[in-house]
Amino acid sequence: MIPALRIAGVTKRFRSLQALAGVDLEVVQGEFFGLLGPNGAGKTTLISSLAGLARPDSGTLEVMGHDVIKDYRAARLALGVVPQELVFDPFFSVREMLRIQSGYFGIRNNDDWIDEILHHLDLTGKAGANMRMLSGGMKRRALVAQALVHRPPVIVLDEPTAGVDVELRHGLWQFIRKLNQDGHTIVLTTHYLEEAESLCGRIAMLKAGRVVALDTTANLLQRFATHTLKLQLAAPVSLPPPFSARIVSQAGTELVLGFDHYDDVGHLLAGLRAAGGEITDMALGKPDMEQVFVGIMNQN
Amino acid sequence: MEGFKTLLYKECLRFWKVGFQTVLSPVLTAVLYLLIFGHVLENHVQPYPGVSYTAFLVPGLVMMTVLQNAFANSSSSLIQSKITGNIVFVLLPPISYQEFYAAYVIASVLRGIACGVGVLLVSLPFASLSLAEPGWVLAFTLTGGAFLGTLGVIAGIWADKFDQLAAFQNFLIMPLTMLSGVFYSIHSLPVFWQGVSHFNPFFFMIDGFRYGFFGVSDVSPWTSIGVVAVCFVVLAVITLQMLARGYKLRA
Repeated sequence: MIPALRIAGVTKRFRSLQALAGVDLEVVQGEFFGLLGPNGAGKTTLISSLAGLARPDSGTLEVMGHDVIKDYRAARLALGVVPQELVFDPFFSVREMLRIQSGYFGIRNNDDWIDEILHHLDLTGKAGANMRMLSGGMKRRALVAQALVHRPPVIVLDEPTAGVDVELRHGLWQFIRKLNQDGHTIVLTTHYLEEAESLCGRIAMLKAGRVVALDTTANLLQRFATHTLKLQLAAPVSLPPPFSARIVSQAGTELVLGFDHYDDVGHLLAGLRAAGGEITDMALGKPDMEQVFVGIMNQN
Repeated sequence: MEGFKTLLYKECLRFWKVGFQTVLSPVLTAVLYLLIFGHVLENHVQPYPGVSYTAFLVPGLVMMTVLQNAFANSSSSLIQSKITGNIVFVLLPPISYQEFYAAYVIASVLRGIACGVGVLLVSLPFASLSLAEPGWVLAFTLTGGAFLGTLGVIAGIWADKFDQLAAFQNFLIMPLTMLSGVFYSIHSLPVFWQGVSHFNPFFFMIDGFRYGFFGVSDVSPWTSIGVVAVCFVVLAVITLQMLARGYKLRA
Protein backbone atom coordinates (compact mmCIF):
# COMPACT_ATOMS: atom_id res chain seq x y z
CA MET A 1 0.00 0.00 0.00
CA ILE A 2 1.24 3.51 -0.81
CA PRO A 3 2.20 5.34 2.39
CA ALA A 4 0.06 8.33 3.28
CA LEU A 5 3.24 10.37 3.71
CA ARG A 6 6.74 9.56 2.57
CA ILE A 7 9.50 11.96 3.62
CA ALA A 8 13.04 11.15 2.51
CA GLY A 9 16.25 13.02 3.28
CA VAL A 10 14.55 16.39 3.71
CA THR A 11 16.76 19.32 4.67
CA LYS A 12 15.85 22.97 5.00
CA ARG A 13 17.97 25.86 6.15
CA PHE A 14 16.81 29.40 7.00
CA ARG A 15 20.00 31.47 6.91
CA SER A 16 22.06 30.21 9.88
CA LEU A 17 19.28 27.96 11.22
CA GLN A 18 19.21 24.35 10.06
CA ALA A 19 15.45 23.82 10.48
CA LEU A 20 15.46 20.29 9.01
CA ALA A 21 18.67 18.30 8.99
CA GLY A 22 17.77 15.18 7.02
CA VAL A 23 14.33 13.92 7.97
CA ASP A 24 13.18 10.44 6.91
CA LEU A 25 9.67 9.38 7.83
CA GLU A 26 6.81 7.27 6.53
CA VAL A 27 3.24 7.44 7.74
CA VAL A 28 1.00 4.51 6.88
CA GLN A 29 -2.51 5.11 5.53
CA GLY A 30 -5.10 5.15 8.31
CA GLU A 31 -2.59 5.93 11.06
CA PHE A 32 -3.08 8.44 13.85
CA PHE A 33 0.48 9.74 13.92
CA GLY A 34 2.06 12.15 16.38
CA LEU A 35 4.85 14.54 15.58
CA LEU A 36 6.34 15.88 18.80
CA GLY A 37 9.24 18.08 19.65
CA PRO A 38 10.20 21.24 21.51
CA ASN A 39 9.70 24.67 19.97
CA GLY A 40 12.04 25.14 17.03
CA ALA A 41 12.47 21.39 16.47
CA GLY A 42 11.27 21.68 12.86
CA LYS A 43 7.70 20.36 13.14
CA THR A 44 6.04 23.31 11.45
CA THR A 45 8.78 23.54 8.80
CA LEU A 46 8.19 19.87 8.00
CA ILE A 47 4.44 20.43 7.75
CA SER A 48 4.99 23.55 5.64
CA SER A 49 7.21 21.54 3.31
CA LEU A 50 4.50 18.89 2.96
CA ALA A 51 1.90 21.55 2.24
CA GLY A 52 4.02 23.42 -0.31
CA LEU A 53 4.36 26.49 1.93
CA ALA A 54 8.11 25.91 2.21
CA ARG A 55 10.51 24.38 -0.29
CA PRO A 56 13.06 21.90 1.01
CA ASP A 57 16.72 22.39 0.07
CA SER A 58 17.02 18.68 -0.61
CA GLY A 59 15.03 15.47 -0.26
CA THR A 60 11.56 14.49 -1.36
CA LEU A 61 8.11 14.59 0.18
CA GLU A 62 5.11 12.66 -1.07
CA VAL A 63 1.46 12.71 -0.05
CA MET A 64 -0.40 9.54 -1.06
CA GLY A 65 2.38 8.84 -3.52
CA HIS A 66 2.31 12.30 -5.12
CA ASP A 67 5.45 14.44 -5.00
CA VAL A 68 4.58 17.76 -3.35
CA ILE A 69 6.50 19.76 -5.96
CA LYS A 70 6.36 17.81 -9.24
CA ASP A 71 2.78 16.62 -8.74
CA TYR A 72 1.63 19.38 -6.43
CA ARG A 73 -2.01 19.44 -7.54
CA ALA A 74 -2.63 15.79 -6.65
CA ALA A 75 -0.55 16.11 -3.46
CA ARG A 76 -2.49 19.16 -2.26
CA LEU A 77 -5.84 17.57 -3.09
CA ALA A 78 -4.86 14.69 -0.83
CA LEU A 79 -3.82 16.91 2.07
CA GLY A 80 -5.80 19.01 4.55
CA VAL A 81 -3.78 21.27 6.83
CA VAL A 82 -4.98 23.01 9.96
CA PRO A 83 -2.41 25.77 10.44
CA GLN A 84 -0.98 26.63 13.81
CA GLU A 85 -1.73 30.36 13.61
CA LEU A 86 -5.31 31.47 14.22
CA VAL A 87 -5.81 33.04 10.79
CA PHE A 88 -9.07 33.99 9.09
CA ASP A 89 -10.40 36.17 6.29
CA PRO A 90 -12.38 39.03 7.84
CA PHE A 91 -14.39 39.69 4.68
CA PHE A 92 -16.46 36.51 4.76
CA SER A 93 -18.93 34.52 6.82
CA VAL A 94 -18.12 30.96 7.90
CA ARG A 95 -20.26 29.45 5.13
CA GLU A 96 -18.92 31.79 2.44
CA MET A 97 -15.40 30.96 3.50
CA LEU A 98 -16.07 27.20 3.34
CA ARG A 99 -17.72 27.51 -0.09
CA ILE A 100 -14.74 29.53 -1.34
CA GLN A 101 -12.32 26.99 0.10
CA SER A 102 -14.28 24.18 -1.62
CA GLY A 103 -13.99 26.04 -4.92
CA TYR A 104 -10.23 26.40 -4.50
CA PHE A 105 -10.11 22.60 -4.43
CA GLY A 106 -12.31 22.31 -7.51
CA ILE A 107 -15.52 21.40 -5.69
CA ARG A 108 -18.84 23.10 -6.45
CA ASN A 109 -22.14 22.58 -4.63
CA ASN A 110 -20.47 21.27 -1.48
CA ASP A 111 -23.15 22.44 0.95
CA ASP A 112 -24.19 18.97 2.17
CA TRP A 113 -20.65 18.18 3.32
CA ILE A 114 -20.17 21.73 4.65
CA ASP A 115 -23.35 21.32 6.75
CA GLU A 116 -22.06 18.01 8.10
CA ILE A 117 -18.68 19.48 9.06
CA LEU A 118 -20.36 22.47 10.70
CA HIS A 119 -22.63 20.14 12.66
CA HIS A 120 -19.75 17.99 13.91
CA LEU A 121 -17.72 21.03 14.87
CA ASP A 122 -20.70 22.65 16.60
CA LEU A 123 -20.62 25.62 14.25
CA THR A 124 -24.05 25.26 12.57
CA GLY A 125 -25.41 28.24 14.48
CA LYS A 126 -22.48 30.37 13.32
CA ALA A 127 -22.62 29.51 9.60
CA GLY A 128 -23.85 32.99 8.68
CA ALA A 129 -21.62 34.86 11.14
CA ASN A 130 -18.63 36.84 9.94
CA MET A 131 -15.34 35.21 10.88
CA ARG A 132 -14.41 38.29 12.93
CA MET A 133 -17.36 37.68 15.25
CA LEU A 134 -16.24 34.19 16.31
CA SER A 135 -14.48 33.43 19.59
CA GLY A 136 -10.93 32.03 19.51
CA GLY A 137 -12.16 28.46 19.97
CA MET A 138 -14.72 28.86 17.19
CA LYS A 139 -12.10 30.30 14.85
CA ARG A 140 -9.91 27.30 15.61
CA ARG A 141 -12.77 24.94 14.73
CA ALA A 142 -13.49 26.94 11.57
CA LEU A 143 -9.86 26.34 10.57
CA VAL A 144 -10.42 22.62 11.05
CA ALA A 145 -13.55 22.88 8.90
CA GLN A 146 -11.58 24.64 6.16
CA ALA A 147 -9.01 21.85 6.10
CA LEU A 148 -11.76 19.26 5.63
CA VAL A 149 -13.91 20.79 2.87
CA HIS A 150 -12.25 18.69 0.16
CA ARG A 151 -12.38 15.45 2.20
CA PRO A 152 -8.62 14.93 2.13
CA PRO A 153 -7.37 11.40 2.90
CA VAL A 154 -4.51 12.90 4.94
CA ILE A 155 -5.17 15.55 7.57
CA VAL A 156 -2.37 17.43 9.33
CA LEU A 157 -3.22 19.30 12.49
CA ASP A 158 -0.54 21.68 13.69
CA GLU A 159 -1.28 22.28 17.38
CA PRO A 160 -5.06 22.36 16.84
CA THR A 161 -6.04 22.59 20.50
CA ALA A 162 -3.89 25.55 21.50
CA GLY A 163 -6.23 27.99 23.24
CA VAL A 164 -9.28 25.71 23.03
CA ASP A 165 -11.16 25.02 26.27
CA VAL A 166 -11.46 21.48 27.67
CA GLU A 167 -15.03 20.81 26.52
CA LEU A 168 -14.40 21.97 22.97
CA ARG A 169 -11.12 20.08 22.90
CA HIS A 170 -12.94 16.84 23.74
CA GLY A 171 -15.52 17.53 21.02
CA LEU A 172 -12.77 18.22 18.52
CA TRP A 173 -10.93 15.02 19.34
CA GLN A 174 -14.13 13.01 19.12
CA PHE A 175 -14.63 14.31 15.59
CA ILE A 176 -11.00 13.77 14.59
CA ARG A 177 -11.13 10.21 16.00
CA LYS A 178 -14.25 9.58 13.91
CA LEU A 179 -12.44 10.85 10.80
CA ASN A 180 -9.56 8.49 11.61
CA GLN A 181 -11.99 5.57 12.07
CA ASP A 182 -13.50 6.46 8.68
CA GLY A 183 -10.07 5.89 7.13
CA HIS A 184 -8.46 9.35 7.17
CA THR A 185 -4.79 9.46 8.10
CA ILE A 186 -4.20 11.96 10.88
CA VAL A 187 -0.88 13.64 11.64
CA LEU A 188 -0.88 15.67 14.83
CA THR A 189 1.60 18.03 16.39
CA THR A 190 0.86 19.15 19.91
CA HIS A 191 2.51 20.30 23.09
CA TYR A 192 -0.18 18.50 25.11
CA LEU A 193 1.69 15.21 25.49
CA GLU A 194 -1.22 13.43 27.15
CA GLU A 195 -3.25 14.11 23.97
CA ALA A 196 -0.57 12.53 21.83
CA GLU A 197 -0.36 9.57 24.19
CA SER A 198 -4.08 8.87 24.17
CA LEU A 199 -4.68 9.52 20.44
CA CYS A 200 -1.60 8.51 18.48
CA GLY A 201 -0.72 4.96 17.53
CA ARG A 202 2.77 5.97 16.52
CA ILE A 203 4.92 8.93 17.43
CA ALA A 204 7.99 10.60 15.96
CA MET A 205 10.02 13.03 18.04
CA LEU A 206 11.99 15.78 16.42
CA LYS A 207 14.88 17.71 17.88
CA ALA A 208 16.99 20.28 16.04
CA GLY A 209 15.58 19.18 12.70
CA ARG A 210 16.21 15.44 13.18
CA VAL A 211 13.99 12.51 14.07
CA VAL A 212 15.38 11.33 17.40
CA ALA A 213 12.68 8.73 18.16
CA LEU A 214 10.14 6.88 16.06
CA ASP A 215 8.05 4.04 17.42
CA THR A 216 4.59 3.00 18.51
CA THR A 217 3.27 4.87 21.51
CA ALA A 218 3.20 1.64 23.54
CA ASN A 219 6.83 0.84 22.73
CA LEU A 220 7.99 4.34 23.57
CA LEU A 221 6.24 4.19 26.92
CA GLN A 222 7.72 0.77 27.63
CA ARG A 223 11.24 1.78 26.65
CA PHE A 224 11.48 5.24 28.10
CA ALA A 225 8.97 5.53 30.94
CA THR A 226 8.44 3.75 34.22
CA HIS A 227 5.88 3.71 36.99
CA THR A 228 6.81 6.28 39.58
CA LEU A 229 6.60 6.55 43.32
CA LYS A 230 6.45 10.17 44.34
CA LEU A 231 7.41 10.69 47.97
CA GLN A 232 7.34 13.65 50.28
CA LEU A 233 9.89 13.16 53.09
CA ALA A 234 10.24 14.78 56.49
CA ALA A 235 13.91 15.49 55.68
CA PRO A 236 16.21 14.93 52.68
CA VAL A 237 17.77 11.51 52.56
CA SER A 238 20.73 9.96 50.73
CA LEU A 239 19.83 6.61 49.19
CA PRO A 240 22.60 4.01 48.83
CA PRO A 241 22.92 1.68 45.78
CA PRO A 242 21.03 -0.15 44.38
CA PHE A 243 18.15 2.18 45.38
CA SER A 244 19.96 5.27 44.17
CA ALA A 245 19.72 3.89 40.61
CA ARG A 246 15.91 4.16 40.94
CA ILE A 247 15.92 7.91 41.52
CA VAL A 248 14.03 9.70 38.73
CA SER A 249 14.30 13.09 40.40
CA GLN A 250 15.17 14.49 43.81
CA ALA A 251 14.61 18.06 44.94
CA GLY A 252 14.91 18.79 48.66
CA THR A 253 12.40 16.65 50.49
CA GLU A 254 10.64 15.54 47.27
CA LEU A 255 11.86 12.26 45.88
CA VAL A 256 10.61 10.43 42.79
CA LEU A 257 11.60 6.79 42.34
CA GLY A 258 11.00 4.66 39.25
CA PHE A 259 9.91 1.02 39.21
CA ASP A 260 8.69 -1.54 36.66
CA HIS A 261 6.31 -3.72 38.69
CA TYR A 262 4.07 -2.96 41.64
CA ASP A 263 5.84 -5.78 43.53
CA ASP A 264 8.93 -3.55 43.64
CA VAL A 265 7.19 -0.90 45.77
CA GLY A 266 7.59 -2.76 49.09
CA HIS A 267 11.29 -3.31 48.37
CA LEU A 268 11.81 0.40 47.62
CA LEU A 269 9.98 1.50 50.77
CA ALA A 270 12.06 -0.92 52.85
CA GLY A 271 15.28 0.51 51.36
CA LEU A 272 14.09 4.03 52.10
CA ARG A 273 13.29 3.17 55.71
CA ALA A 274 16.72 1.54 56.09
CA ALA A 275 18.29 4.79 54.87
CA GLY A 276 16.43 6.72 57.54
CA GLY A 277 13.77 8.27 55.32
CA GLU A 278 10.50 9.32 56.95
CA ILE A 279 7.55 9.51 54.53
CA THR A 280 4.94 12.23 55.01
CA ASP A 281 3.07 11.80 51.69
CA MET A 282 3.10 9.36 48.81
CA ALA A 283 1.58 8.99 45.30
CA LEU A 284 1.89 6.45 42.50
CA GLY A 285 2.24 7.50 38.87
CA LYS A 286 1.83 5.53 35.64
CA PRO A 287 4.32 5.73 32.74
CA ASP A 288 3.46 8.76 30.61
CA MET A 289 4.56 10.51 27.45
CA GLU A 290 6.05 13.40 29.37
CA GLN A 291 8.68 11.07 30.86
CA VAL A 292 9.33 9.66 27.40
CA PHE A 293 9.64 13.12 25.92
CA VAL A 294 11.93 14.47 28.62
CA GLY A 295 14.02 11.30 28.57
CA ILE A 296 14.52 11.32 24.81
CA MET A 297 15.18 15.05 24.60
CA ASN A 298 17.78 14.82 27.40
CA GLN A 299 19.45 11.81 25.74
CA ASN A 300 19.90 13.72 22.49
CA MET B 1 -9.84 25.87 -13.58
CA GLU B 2 -12.41 25.84 -10.77
CA GLY B 3 -9.73 27.04 -8.34
CA PHE B 4 -8.91 29.98 -10.59
CA LYS B 5 -12.59 30.89 -11.03
CA THR B 6 -13.16 30.73 -7.28
CA LEU B 7 -10.13 32.89 -6.52
CA LEU B 8 -11.30 35.42 -9.10
CA TYR B 9 -14.80 35.37 -7.59
CA LYS B 10 -13.37 35.76 -4.08
CA GLU B 11 -11.21 38.71 -5.12
CA CYS B 12 -14.20 40.43 -6.74
CA LEU B 13 -16.45 39.68 -3.76
CA ARG B 14 -13.77 41.08 -1.45
CA PHE B 15 -13.79 44.55 -3.03
CA TRP B 16 -17.53 44.50 -3.71
CA LYS B 17 -18.30 43.89 -0.03
CA VAL B 18 -16.56 47.14 0.83
CA GLY B 19 -17.84 49.02 -2.22
CA PHE B 20 -18.11 52.35 -0.42
CA GLN B 21 -14.37 52.31 0.09
CA THR B 22 -13.28 50.54 -3.09
CA VAL B 23 -15.68 51.93 -5.74
CA LEU B 24 -17.72 54.90 -4.54
CA SER B 25 -14.86 56.75 -2.82
CA PRO B 26 -12.61 56.84 -5.90
CA VAL B 27 -15.60 57.91 -8.01
CA LEU B 28 -16.29 60.80 -5.63
CA THR B 29 -12.62 61.83 -5.63
CA ALA B 30 -12.51 61.89 -9.43
CA VAL B 31 -15.73 63.88 -9.66
CA LEU B 32 -14.36 66.45 -7.21
CA TYR B 33 -11.28 66.83 -9.44
CA LEU B 34 -13.63 67.28 -12.41
CA LEU B 35 -15.76 69.91 -10.71
CA ILE B 36 -12.85 71.94 -9.34
CA PHE B 37 -10.45 71.82 -12.30
CA GLY B 38 -13.31 72.04 -14.80
CA HIS B 39 -14.74 75.10 -13.09
CA VAL B 40 -11.39 76.87 -12.80
CA LEU B 41 -9.91 76.06 -16.22
CA GLU B 42 -12.93 75.57 -18.53
CA ASN B 43 -12.68 79.05 -20.06
CA HIS B 44 -8.88 79.28 -20.02
CA VAL B 45 -7.62 76.07 -21.60
CA GLN B 46 -8.59 74.30 -24.80
CA PRO B 47 -6.23 71.35 -25.24
CA TYR B 48 -7.60 70.19 -28.62
CA PRO B 49 -9.55 72.25 -31.18
CA GLY B 50 -13.27 71.82 -30.63
CA VAL B 51 -12.83 69.94 -27.33
CA SER B 52 -13.71 71.76 -24.10
CA TYR B 53 -11.37 71.41 -21.11
CA THR B 54 -13.99 69.58 -19.04
CA ALA B 55 -14.62 67.09 -21.85
CA PHE B 56 -10.83 66.66 -22.23
CA LEU B 57 -10.51 66.07 -18.50
CA VAL B 58 -13.15 63.32 -18.23
CA PRO B 59 -11.32 60.49 -20.09
CA GLY B 60 -8.12 61.32 -18.21
CA LEU B 61 -9.88 61.08 -14.86
CA VAL B 62 -11.65 57.87 -15.89
CA MET B 63 -8.36 56.24 -16.90
CA MET B 64 -6.53 57.56 -13.83
CA THR B 65 -9.25 56.01 -11.67
CA VAL B 66 -9.03 52.71 -13.57
CA LEU B 67 -5.25 52.58 -13.11
CA GLN B 68 -5.08 53.62 -9.47
CA ASN B 69 -7.82 51.20 -8.43
CA ALA B 70 -6.44 48.30 -10.41
CA PHE B 71 -3.18 48.80 -8.51
CA ALA B 72 -4.95 49.24 -5.18
CA ASN B 73 -6.97 46.06 -5.58
CA SER B 74 -4.25 43.47 -6.03
CA SER B 75 -1.73 45.21 -3.78
CA SER B 76 -4.07 45.75 -0.83
CA SER B 77 -5.60 42.28 -1.07
CA LEU B 78 -2.19 40.61 -1.06
CA ILE B 79 -0.65 42.63 1.73
CA GLN B 80 -3.73 42.22 3.93
CA SER B 81 -3.66 38.47 3.34
CA LYS B 82 0.06 38.32 4.07
CA ILE B 83 -0.14 40.38 7.25
CA THR B 84 -3.21 38.63 8.64
CA GLY B 85 -1.78 35.27 7.54
CA ASN B 86 -4.83 34.13 5.60
CA ILE B 87 -2.74 33.97 2.41
CA VAL B 88 -2.26 30.29 3.37
CA PHE B 89 -5.84 29.62 2.28
CA VAL B 90 -4.79 30.48 -1.28
CA LEU B 91 -1.37 28.81 -1.07
CA LEU B 92 -2.55 25.43 0.28
CA PRO B 93 -5.00 24.53 -2.53
CA PRO B 94 -3.97 23.13 -5.93
CA ILE B 95 -3.91 26.53 -7.65
CA SER B 96 -1.01 27.12 -10.05
CA TYR B 97 1.01 30.31 -9.90
CA GLN B 98 -0.32 31.27 -13.35
CA GLU B 99 -3.91 30.90 -12.11
CA PHE B 100 -3.00 32.86 -8.98
CA TYR B 101 -1.59 35.67 -11.12
CA ALA B 102 -4.49 35.71 -13.58
CA ALA B 103 -7.14 35.78 -10.83
CA TYR B 104 -5.55 38.73 -8.99
CA VAL B 105 -4.94 40.73 -12.18
CA ILE B 106 -8.37 40.13 -13.72
CA ALA B 107 -10.07 41.08 -10.44
CA SER B 108 -7.97 44.26 -10.43
CA VAL B 109 -9.03 45.10 -13.98
CA LEU B 110 -12.67 44.50 -13.06
CA ARG B 111 -12.43 46.83 -10.07
CA GLY B 112 -10.70 49.41 -12.25
CA ILE B 113 -13.52 49.12 -14.79
CA ALA B 114 -16.21 49.38 -12.08
CA CYS B 115 -14.62 52.58 -10.78
CA GLY B 116 -13.96 53.96 -14.27
CA VAL B 117 -17.55 53.36 -15.40
CA GLY B 118 -18.73 55.07 -12.22
CA VAL B 119 -16.61 58.17 -12.94
CA LEU B 120 -17.77 58.21 -16.56
CA LEU B 121 -21.46 57.97 -15.68
CA VAL B 122 -21.28 60.67 -13.00
CA SER B 123 -19.28 62.93 -15.37
CA LEU B 124 -21.72 62.73 -18.27
CA PRO B 125 -23.97 65.60 -17.08
CA PHE B 126 -20.91 67.90 -16.92
CA ALA B 127 -19.37 67.31 -20.35
CA SER B 128 -20.40 66.50 -23.87
CA LEU B 129 -18.46 63.39 -24.82
CA SER B 130 -18.24 61.42 -28.02
CA LEU B 131 -16.89 57.90 -28.38
CA ALA B 132 -14.91 58.13 -31.61
CA GLU B 133 -13.00 54.84 -31.36
CA PRO B 134 -14.50 52.58 -28.65
CA GLY B 135 -12.07 49.77 -29.53
CA TRP B 136 -9.17 51.90 -28.31
CA VAL B 137 -11.03 52.73 -25.11
CA LEU B 138 -11.42 49.03 -24.41
CA ALA B 139 -7.85 48.15 -25.45
CA PHE B 140 -6.25 50.75 -23.16
CA THR B 141 -8.61 49.94 -20.29
CA LEU B 142 -7.65 46.28 -20.42
CA THR B 143 -3.89 46.67 -21.00
CA GLY B 144 -3.55 49.63 -18.61
CA GLY B 145 -5.64 47.90 -15.93
CA ALA B 146 -3.66 44.67 -16.34
CA PHE B 147 -0.37 46.61 -16.17
CA LEU B 148 -1.35 48.26 -12.88
CA GLY B 149 -2.95 45.08 -11.54
CA THR B 150 0.38 43.35 -12.18
CA LEU B 151 2.31 46.17 -10.54
CA GLY B 152 -0.05 45.76 -7.57
CA VAL B 153 0.78 42.04 -7.36
CA ILE B 154 4.50 42.89 -7.29
CA ALA B 155 4.02 45.59 -4.64
CA GLY B 156 1.70 43.41 -2.53
CA ILE B 157 4.17 40.54 -2.55
CA TRP B 158 7.26 42.71 -2.03
CA ALA B 159 5.92 44.90 0.78
CA ASP B 160 6.21 43.48 4.29
CA LYS B 161 4.16 46.22 5.92
CA PHE B 162 1.48 48.73 4.97
CA ASP B 163 4.00 51.56 5.21
CA GLN B 164 6.09 50.11 2.38
CA LEU B 165 3.03 49.67 0.22
CA ALA B 166 1.93 53.25 0.93
CA ALA B 167 5.38 54.42 -0.16
CA PHE B 168 5.05 52.46 -3.40
CA GLN B 169 1.62 53.99 -3.98
CA ASN B 170 2.40 57.58 -2.97
CA PHE B 171 5.91 57.95 -4.36
CA LEU B 172 5.55 55.97 -7.57
CA ILE B 173 1.99 55.32 -8.70
CA MET B 174 0.47 58.65 -7.67
CA PRO B 175 3.13 60.95 -9.23
CA LEU B 176 3.30 58.90 -12.42
CA THR B 177 -0.49 59.05 -12.86
CA MET B 178 -0.81 62.72 -11.92
CA LEU B 179 2.05 63.68 -14.25
CA SER B 180 0.79 61.61 -17.15
CA GLY B 181 -1.35 64.22 -18.87
CA VAL B 182 -4.60 63.64 -17.01
CA PHE B 183 -5.03 67.38 -16.46
CA TYR B 184 -3.15 68.75 -19.48
CA SER B 185 -1.96 67.97 -22.97
CA ILE B 186 1.82 67.47 -22.98
CA HIS B 187 2.00 69.97 -25.87
CA SER B 188 1.36 72.66 -23.26
CA LEU B 189 4.62 71.67 -21.51
CA PRO B 190 8.14 72.97 -22.24
CA VAL B 191 10.00 70.76 -24.72
CA PHE B 192 12.18 69.21 -22.00
CA TRP B 193 9.18 68.03 -19.95
CA GLN B 194 7.46 66.81 -23.10
CA GLY B 195 10.49 64.57 -23.61
CA VAL B 196 10.45 63.41 -19.99
CA SER B 197 6.76 62.54 -20.30
CA HIS B 198 7.62 60.01 -23.00
CA PHE B 199 9.42 57.94 -20.35
CA ASN B 200 6.24 57.68 -18.32
CA PRO B 201 4.19 54.67 -19.44
CA PHE B 202 1.13 56.16 -17.75
CA PHE B 203 1.22 59.01 -20.26
CA PHE B 204 0.71 56.54 -23.13
CA MET B 205 -2.20 54.86 -21.30
CA ILE B 206 -4.00 58.16 -20.72
CA ASP B 207 -3.23 59.55 -24.16
CA GLY B 208 -4.32 56.39 -25.98
CA PHE B 209 -7.46 56.07 -23.89
CA ARG B 210 -8.34 59.69 -24.64
CA TYR B 211 -7.85 59.01 -28.35
CA GLY B 212 -10.72 56.53 -28.11
CA PHE B 213 -13.04 59.39 -27.18
CA PHE B 214 -11.87 62.23 -29.41
CA GLY B 215 -9.93 60.59 -32.23
CA VAL B 216 -7.14 63.07 -31.34
CA SER B 217 -4.05 62.45 -29.19
CA ASP B 218 -0.54 63.69 -28.48
CA VAL B 219 1.04 60.54 -29.97
CA SER B 220 -0.29 57.81 -32.25
CA PRO B 221 -2.48 55.28 -30.40
CA TRP B 222 -0.49 52.51 -32.08
CA THR B 223 2.68 53.81 -30.48
CA SER B 224 0.90 54.09 -27.14
CA ILE B 225 -0.58 50.59 -27.22
CA GLY B 226 2.83 49.23 -28.24
CA VAL B 227 4.55 50.90 -25.27
CA VAL B 228 1.83 49.83 -22.82
CA ALA B 229 1.75 46.26 -24.15
CA VAL B 230 5.54 45.87 -23.94
CA CYS B 231 5.58 47.30 -20.39
CA PHE B 232 2.77 44.94 -19.40
CA VAL B 233 4.45 41.87 -20.89
CA VAL B 234 7.79 42.70 -19.18
CA LEU B 235 6.07 43.17 -15.82
CA ALA B 236 3.96 40.04 -16.29
CA VAL B 237 7.07 37.94 -16.98
CA ILE B 238 8.81 39.36 -13.88
CA THR B 239 5.73 38.73 -11.74
CA LEU B 240 5.28 35.18 -13.00
CA GLN B 241 8.95 34.51 -12.22
CA MET B 242 8.45 35.83 -8.69
CA LEU B 243 5.39 33.65 -8.20
CA ALA B 244 7.04 30.58 -9.71
CA ARG B 245 9.91 30.95 -7.23
CA GLY B 246 7.47 31.61 -4.40
CA TYR B 247 9.21 34.93 -3.64
CA LYS B 248 8.10 36.05 -0.14
CA LEU B 249 5.12 33.69 -0.33
CA ARG B 250 6.61 30.22 -0.03
CA ALA B 251 9.63 29.97 2.29
